[in-house]
Amino acid sequence: MKKGTFKGGVHLPGYKDVTQGLEIVTAVIPDKVYIPLSQHIGAPCSPIVQVGEEVKKGQKIGEGKGFVTAPVHASVSGKVVAIETREHPGGSFVPCIVIENDRREEWEETIKPRSNPRDLSPEEIRKIVFEAGIVGMGGATFPAHVKYSPVEGKKAEVVVLNGVECEPYITSDHRVMLEKAERVVAGLQYIMKAVDCGKGVIGIEDNKPDAIEVMEKAASGIPGIEVMSLPEKYPQGSEKQLIYSCTGREVPVGGLPLAVGVVVSNVGTSVAVAEAIEEGKPLIERILTLNGDGVKSPANYLVRVGTLFSDLIEQSGGYTGEIEKIVAGGPMMGKTVYTDSVPVIKGSSGIVVYKKKEQEVSKERDCVRCAKCVDGCPQFLEPTTLVKLAKRQQWEEAEKNYALNCIECGSCEYVCPAGIPLLQYIRRAKQEITAINRAKANK
Amino acid sequence: MNNQGNLLTVTPSPHLHSSNSIPAAMRDVIIALIPAFIASVYFFRISAVLVVATCIVTAVVCEMVAQKLMKRDVTVNDYSAVITGLLLALTLPATVPLWVAAIGAAVSIIIGKQLFGGLGNNIFNPALIGRAFLLASWPVATTGWVTPIDGVSTATPLGIIKESLGSELPGLTDMFIGNISGCLGETSALALLLGALYLIYKKHIDWRIPTGYLATVFVITAVVGMTKGQGLTYPVFHLFAGGLMLGAFFMATDWVTTPVTKKGRVVFGIGCGLITVLIRLKGGYPEGVCYSILLMNTLAPLIDRYTKDRVFGGGKSHA
Repeated sequence: MKKGTFKGGVHLPGYKDVTQGLEIVTAVIPDKVYIPLSQHIGAPCSPIVQVGEEVKKGQKIGEGKGFVTAPVHASVSGKVVAIETREHPGGSFVPCIVIENDRREEWEETIKPRSNPRDLSPEEIRKIVFEAGIVGMGGATFPAHVKYSPVEGKKAEVVVLNGVECEPYITSDHRVMLEKAERVVAGLQYIMKAVDCGKGVIGIEDNKPDAIEVMEKAASGIPGIEVMSLPEKYPQGSEKQLIYSCTGREVPVGGLPLAVGVVVSNVGTSVAVAEAIEEGKPLIERILTLNGDGVKSPANYLVRVGTLFSDLIEQSGGYTGEIEKIVAGGPMMGKTVYTDSVPVIKGSSGIVVYKKKEQEVSKERDCVRCAKCVDGCPQFLEPTTLVKLAKRQQWEEAEKNYALNCIECGSCEYVCPAGIPLLQYIRRAKQEITAINRAKANK
Repeated sequence: MNNQGNLLTVTPSPHLHSSNSIPAAMRDVIIALIPAFIASVYFFRISAVLVVATCIVTAVVCEMVAQKLMKRDVTVNDYSAVITGLLLALTLPATVPLWVAAIGAAVSIIIGKQLFGGLGNNIFNPALIGRAFLLASWPVATTGWVTPIDGVSTATPLGIIKESLGSELPGLTDMFIGNISGCLGETSALALLLGALYLIYKKHIDWRIPTGYLATVFVITAVVGMTKGQGLTYPVFHLFAGGLMLGAFFMATDWVTTPVTKKGRVVFGIGCGLITVLIRLKGGYPEGVCYSILLMNTLAPLIDRYTKDRVFGGGKSHA
């Protein structure tokens, strides 16, 4: 089997032992679901149902304008009881459609298995993917149909499926590959057809040998698809690093993967694509890992979009004690939420609950120039230099030092022995630079 | 079930941090210097213990007092002052008067470190500042070399060739083990290498600096050795003589005062090597490690600027 890796990065403790061996459990379908109208990057949706209206499972209830958007669907059948602004796991407040579950689980009439999934044209596949509301399920939530659409002058040569899952604690993609390997491969074939290319690579971190084995078996005999074993190193699953590991190609600064002929999708997204095409199902449920020392029984759940974090935590036996924080996503790039009353969205790969600890807050010391952040940066930046510039508010200089190329993976801050919140300083620099550039453009 | 009604802590990512810390790294450096310390005690007996103790105690006390006076947080518990004291002691001969050693430690910490703003902000390696100060102020007291164990006055191996003294040079094996005259910590290459391997294994120092440094010294002295008809004995002698091992592994690798880029570290090592050989062969002193590192310290920011890595996906260097 082929192997590949990238330069830089850090070695993290995995914390995956607890859940990686647990089969996917169907989460209890709640009495009420809260479906945010913005679960993707791009134009938010407007509701197309009204309070009081009965909806069926899988019925489209919100859609957006423009090309870069993704519709949202009812994840249960029942009655729309409210359309209100609520907390979103991304940290903002977003309009949500609240549906009271009538427990009938009635599918919307048009949703049924397709008889001819393999005969669809690339346009038809993209249309189905769009109508199903599929977005990048690794967490980036970029609308999938946009990725699969042709760009003039650019030819897709290889589709890379991301089965890396380099965030600690999260094992949802791992379980998807073990339990839905056929679907992953089928989805990959549809994506390859949609972007009109004959080569597919499934990249998996080598801490999941069982997934590599299962996926190799599922892909054997299918021309053009191969599985690659990638060493366990963070952020192996970051798009640009993954592309380099799998193809040896570097996405140019500011460019998209298609600039080097690559289209990347997550393995979970691939399953969603296959289900949309073969079953006609829109994206209303996903696999999610609930983990961390703050929750009694960590698990991998098949969960409906719109289920509250608190519903899942209850199903997992509740909290182990007083809770410090809940991270939506993995501990390296996930966002903390201040309440557990936030819904699962299409991009929710995991929830990590941390117990309150008697820990002293580590004090920020002066940088000792150990260069661990420089060695660890997968984008080859000098995080310590960027921090210095940010402290002096030298934004132009920070831009010249490629602050905008930071992918916010957090490797620099993870390794820093001086306890410097490097990523926060760099985020600040990025915001200032973006604001300055926007002001310039508006002049 | 809104988590007992309390709001949860909200922090920016990453939410996971390594156990790396400055005190832990400094502790490892101290551990790495223990073999060299033991060797110095074996070779120079009680006087080695006294010099080391004087330097460490003075360094720690000066750090504490200086930080109090400057109204800074007292950070002696990060062990960096202990290392400065220990490193300085290892660059002094066993015969150095203790008050001279104490002044050296005080200069290291106060002038070399705290006046620049404390750990992380100093331009020069503090221990070497102390050593350079002492060498200029009390040249006799800081070069009272004696033979190991019996303590008879003698010249160092580098002194012997520098001054063409005609005394017999020690064998290479003696030089490797440390059975030669010299500073406390620079006699035993073996003890220093043990510590260095530990630091490389713990990833506290980058192999690029010592490798660039030692390789440069070796290559140039090998060429010189060939012209003298001495073959490989000459470059190997230069590797094990004087403070090269101590300097290359423990001083030229100081985080604060060396480049942060990988290429820069190679350049830094090579530069140290060039200056060391230049001073040893053409300069007024028999040994050039201390000044070579101090001189290269001044160049570290410049080296960083011109050795910036290209950005991922950016093709060429963005220097």
